[in-house]
Amino acid sequence: MRKFTDEHEWLDCTGEVATVGITTHAAEQLGDLVFIELPKVGAKLTKGEAAAVVESVKAASDVYAPVSGEVIAVNEVAVTDPSSVGTDPQGAGWLYRIRLDDPASLDGLMDEAAYAEFAK
Amino acid sequence: MSPDVACTPLHALHLRHGGRMVPFAGYAMPVQYPAGLLKEHLHTRAEAGLFDVSHMGQIRLTPRSGDVDDVARALETLLPIDVLGLKPGRQRYGLLLDASGGIRDDLMVAHCGDSLVLVVNAANKVADEAYLRAHLADACTVTVLARALVALQGPGAEAALTRLAPEVAAMRFMDVRMLGLLGASAIVTRSGYTGEDGFEISIPEDKAEALAEALLADPAVLPIGLGARDSLRLEAGLCLHGNDIDPGTDPVEAGLSWAIPRVRRRGGVRAGGFPGAARILSALEDGPSRKRVGLRPEGPTPVRAGAPLFADETGTAVGQVTSGGFGPSLQAPIAMGYLPAALAAPGTRVFAEVRGKRLAVAVAALPFVPAGFKRA
Repeated sequence: MRKFTDEHEWLDCTGEVATVGITTHAAEQLGDLVFIELPKVGAKLTKGEAAAVVESVKAASDVYAPVSGEVIAVNEVAVTDPSSVGTDPQGAGWLYRIRLDDPASLDGLMDEAAYAEFAK
Repeated sequence: MSPDVACTPLHALHLRHGGRMVPFAGYAMPVQYPAGLLKEHLHTRAEAGLFDVSHMGQIRLTPRSGDVDDVARALETLLPIDVLGLKPGRQRYGLLLDASGGIRDDLMVAHCGDSLVLVVNAANKVADEAYLRAHLADACTVTVLARALVALQGPGAEAALTRLAPEVAAMRFMDVRMLGLLGASAIVTRSGYTGEDGFEISIPEDKAEALAEALLADPAVLPIGLGARDSLRLEAGLCLHGNDIDPGTDPVEAGLSWAIPRVRRRGGVRAGGFPGAARILSALEDGPSRKRVGLRPEGPTPVRAGAPLFADETGTAVGQVTSGGFGPSLQAPIAMGYLPAALAAPGTRVFAEVRGKRLAVAVAALPFVPAGFKRA
């Protein structure tokens, strides 16, 4: 089940693990990405803190943790080829996987239709 | 876009070409087009890019006496450059200094035969106009030109503009020509802000769109936004007023001493006589205590404006980054900033702080990318 945040991130949740990335809308707004910094595997993230950084030629943007939990994997391809996040942000360009402290923390997030309306 | 943001004469064209408009210096300007910043940047270096720079100020100084030398003499009281030596049909870089030698603005001066035409930064144009009126009213009339300004930059610029005006092929770097373009009177200079060969074309506002579309009809020419304009000028080592130079920096520490010729220095026939002269003339002889430098981060992390610079991994800040980002032609992060003179030699390793981490950066010679000007 894919969920979306008002910070333009998406989460795919399977059990207590979620894959996190930025939305297509966010990637379009950022423009060509040239640098990506991801959290370390094992890092404990608190909802709302800066978890990753995506940088275009012009600017650096924080990607905030949409939920609290522990990082269990990161997408190394995104780091070595930042453009892959720009071209397929909601697929191959995922950023990291997190084990949720509380699976119920996804409950307030938007579904795809609600996000599409929000991002208009 | 907020209602107090002005539009340039090319606003409709930007929208038609898919420009993403952002407010900049009081104008709605395209930050990029659908091609995207990286492609726009690389296309300009490989072929040709068209930039709307109509937000910049164009100011004509017309001598009351009819003798342009009288305006040149008056302007030399505000600029440390050789204006009197500027020949008709030539253009020169200049700096407006304040009483302490700080840089109020940087500009281009073109000798148009019967007058001088200045191009000044958008953010400073209202202040510059008032300042010029206050100091030059006896010598000249000061007229803000209601004209569009477009820049055509890149190795393909000459071929593209030659189709509309064959005579531009004979122009060299920093030449100025008044010529007919699409039935309008244009002021064309062979200069720009990208480090590439190219032209800046001043044209009546009602002809701007026709000119831009005529140039864009050439498949070699793409519209380029402000984003690539900034990355191109950074690779070219060119200063952005408000970032790399401002009233808190002087021309000597900014590495712009080349703009101050011998004739305006101590021992020259028109030595001094500009704002801040005592301080600037001493600094020219003694050398600056800090210098603007190029910076190449050793890792992949971009280092951006405002990042503090350190001599080592533990000490206090010794300088600051003033412009920084990613250089598309270099496929690497690049920056400029100020460092103490003792740390300013190319190859010196210093550290920049980004998100709390000190990253190694090497002082690098400017420009990062060699200039492609047509000098001969």
